[in-house]
Amino acid sequence: MSANQTATMSPARPGGNLKAQLRRAERLRKLKAIGLVAPLALFLIVVFVVPIGNMLWRSVDNTELDSVMPLTAEGLRQWDGSGLPDEATLAAFAAELRDSRQGGGLGRISRRLNYEDSRYRSLLMNTLRGLPAVDAVGPDTDWVATLTEIDPAWGETETWLGIQRTAPTTTDRYLLASLDLERSADGEIQRVAERDRLYLSVFQRTLVIAGGVTLICLALGFPLAYLLATLPAKTSNMLMILVLLPFWTSLLVRTAAWIILLQSNGLVNQSLLFTGLIDSPLQLVFNRIGVFFAMVHILLPFMVLPLYSVMKGISPSYQRAAVSLGAHPFAAFWQVYVPQTISGVAAGTILVFIMALGYYITPALVGGPADQMVSYYVAYYTNTTNNWGMAAALGSLLLVVTLLLYLVYHRLVNRKQLIRS
Amino acid sequence: MTQQRFPLSRISRGIALGGLVSLGLAVSASAQALTVISFGGASGEAMQNAYYGPFSEETGIRLTPGDYNGELSRIRAMVETGNVSWDLVEMESPELVRGCFEGLFEPIDWQRLGLGSVLIDAAFDECGVGTFVWSTVLAYNADALDGAPTSWADFWDVEQFPGTRGLRRGAKYTLEFALMADGVAADEVYDVLRTDEGVDRAFAKLDEIKDHIQWWEAGAQPPQWLVSGDVAMTSAYNGRIAAAQEEGSNLEIVWNESIYDLDYWAIVAGSEHVDEAYAFIEFASQPETQAAYSSQIPYGPVHPEAIAQLDEAQARRMPTYEENMVGALAIDTSFWVDHGEELEQRFSAWAAR
Repeated sequence: MSANQTATMSPARPGGNLKAQLRRAERLRKLKAIGLVAPLALFLIVVFVVPIGNMLWRSVDNTELDSVMPLTAEGLRQWDGSGLPDEATLAAFAAELRDSRQGGGLGRISRRLNYEDSRYRSLLMNTLRGLPAVDAVGPDTDWVATLTEIDPAWGETETWLGIQRTAPTTTDRYLLASLDLERSADGEIQRVAERDRLYLSVFQRTLVIAGGVTLICLALGFPLAYLLATLPAKTSNMLMILVLLPFWTSLLVRTAAWIILLQSNGLVNQSLLFTGLIDSPLQLVFNRIGVFFAMVHILLPFMVLPLYSVMKGISPSYQRAAVSLGAHPFAAFWQVYVPQTISGVAAGTILVFIMALGYYITPALVGGPADQMVSYYVAYYTNTTNNWGMAAALGSLLLVVTLLLYLVYHRLVNRKQLIRS
Repeated sequence: MTQQRFPLSRISRGIALGGLVSLGLAVSASAQALTVISFGGASGEAMQNAYYGPFSEETGIRLTPGDYNGELSRIRAMVETGNVSWDLVEMESPELVRGCFEGLFEPIDWQRLGLGSVLIDAAFDECGVGTFVWSTVLAYNADALDGAPTSWADFWDVEQFPGTRGLRRGAKYTLEFALMADGVAADEVYDVLRTDEGVDRAFAKLDEIKDHIQWWEAGAQPPQWLVSGDVAMTSAYNGRIAAAQEEGSNLEIVWNESIYDLDYWAIVAGSEHVDEAYAFIEFASQPETQAAYSSQIPYGPVHPEAIAQLDEAQARRMPTYEENMVGALAIDTSFWVDHGEELEQRFSAWAAR
């Protein structure tokens, strides 16, 4: 590109024809390159960028009321929040409520309104049943009286304030709720009641579990990869199959196998009891210990494989040279060998850590209530309650946390490599 | 909940039938046949034998069976696009309440159905007709326990009945059981739970045995834990315990203070076979057909007379057996649809402390 620009900027040189030919050839090459990349780019946009963008949007999306009851939403946005909304808004509300049952609109707004207060669903239902027939209402119907007669709650400012909070087309309530925060009645951000605080500790435990699993995998995987890389090919291939074997087994089967091994009268406890090391069975599953056992087992190959491929390419002569020049064998290993494996360590740890962050089924089966990670709650909100706003907000926050950690990590690893070299 | 009863068989059947069903639907759209969608699996087979086959034989109405996994979204998509290819659907209660509210089902005209009021009370819903009853019960291993617990108060009594307790990891059922253990009568549980003090009271009661609880997630876990001796007693789905009993283990069910729930038939709004659907529901709600269904699977019939047609051993395992209904509580689906989310969040926060 820049070469191309400088070429066009130097005028009045002979051979302009050649330059034009060159430009054409270059353009053709560029088009070819774009053509080759296009399918992949398109694929990434469709399956990666769009869904993630959609998820980010859902975490602030608040268009339920606006799409089902546009006139009511507009009226409430204008309302100053004192007394009751004007008659026109109430009339629009009654008319739109009557039509809202078509196409599932009523379900959407009642689900949204129930997040504000859990009595709205029954209130809307009763009101819909109590609304006067279409031909019994006219422009001079007194809607305050009509609605209040159906349910006195419609005469309270608080009821309408709740609906007004759902009128803007975006909201920060899901993101705030994911951080154990909420808006008070006067709009101030505050922490939720002590007994409802949940998600900050969930994020914390997600990071602790993923970090712990990564460190254990590294501690177990590094010697194993070293052994595999230094043994003769025949033996190391045999061992490699043992590492890969779990890969070919279903994740569910492996998780269930750990439950059977670790339960109170499982194999591990039975053997420990038999050898007299313990007097009563240890609680090894349905708590944090079980989660670590199962997750390390499942994720270990993702640590071993990148380490192995890097170690395989390191020539043993460097270490030998260091020793022959008088280095202590440990110093030779630590200062000469380990720095060369950094790229493998970096790849392995980031792979394991990021995969561990999203773990769902394993902690759900072998963990207790205090071991459930963020994705458990994402699944709960998606499948059980259909609260996609909360699911998206939790997912988005996890994405942001992951990206931030990745950036920090990237810097650290790069600096380390620079210093070593 | 049904999802947890026969997950594997349902999934494999779902895959196997998926192609056939969609093929069948394409054909049935033109030929006038009633499309009935159930959850499939063992229950679906029992329905085929008890309802589908005999109904077609008796009435001459052709019937296309199919199965699904309870997703309301599929029905919503049909109703919204006006392309309704399902006529009658088996629904679990929370989805029935939600779907009814959204106008996805035809409201049931009880006059037209001509069943009078013979079915058990919980079978009457605005948009659905109950078809069978399943129950969440207290279960224990009689070989492992000294004496027999009879209530949730005994479940909480870790002095008299030492050992770990199993409960479902979640607020639903757990809070109700805690209140009953605290002396709240079964028919007042939801009145108490609707107040803030009532919820506090339930959590305070749970605090008493928190250290003794092992939480289960899948319906298969409680019977397995009872048999292996991991827990002394546990809450469990009655169908799962019945299956374990059949395999020869000495598990016992305490029906007192159990919580029962129903699966319903619902007619999809905009169905072109409403008459046939009503005829089918009526057929499937008779004592004879209900007994034929329940004799194959331990889900209780909604017609009280059906029980009498089962042999005594089978009848005793039904949630709707007269003695078993004493002190039992019907789940309040509306309560859980409205308050489920906040209570589950509070439960998660409590359980993690």
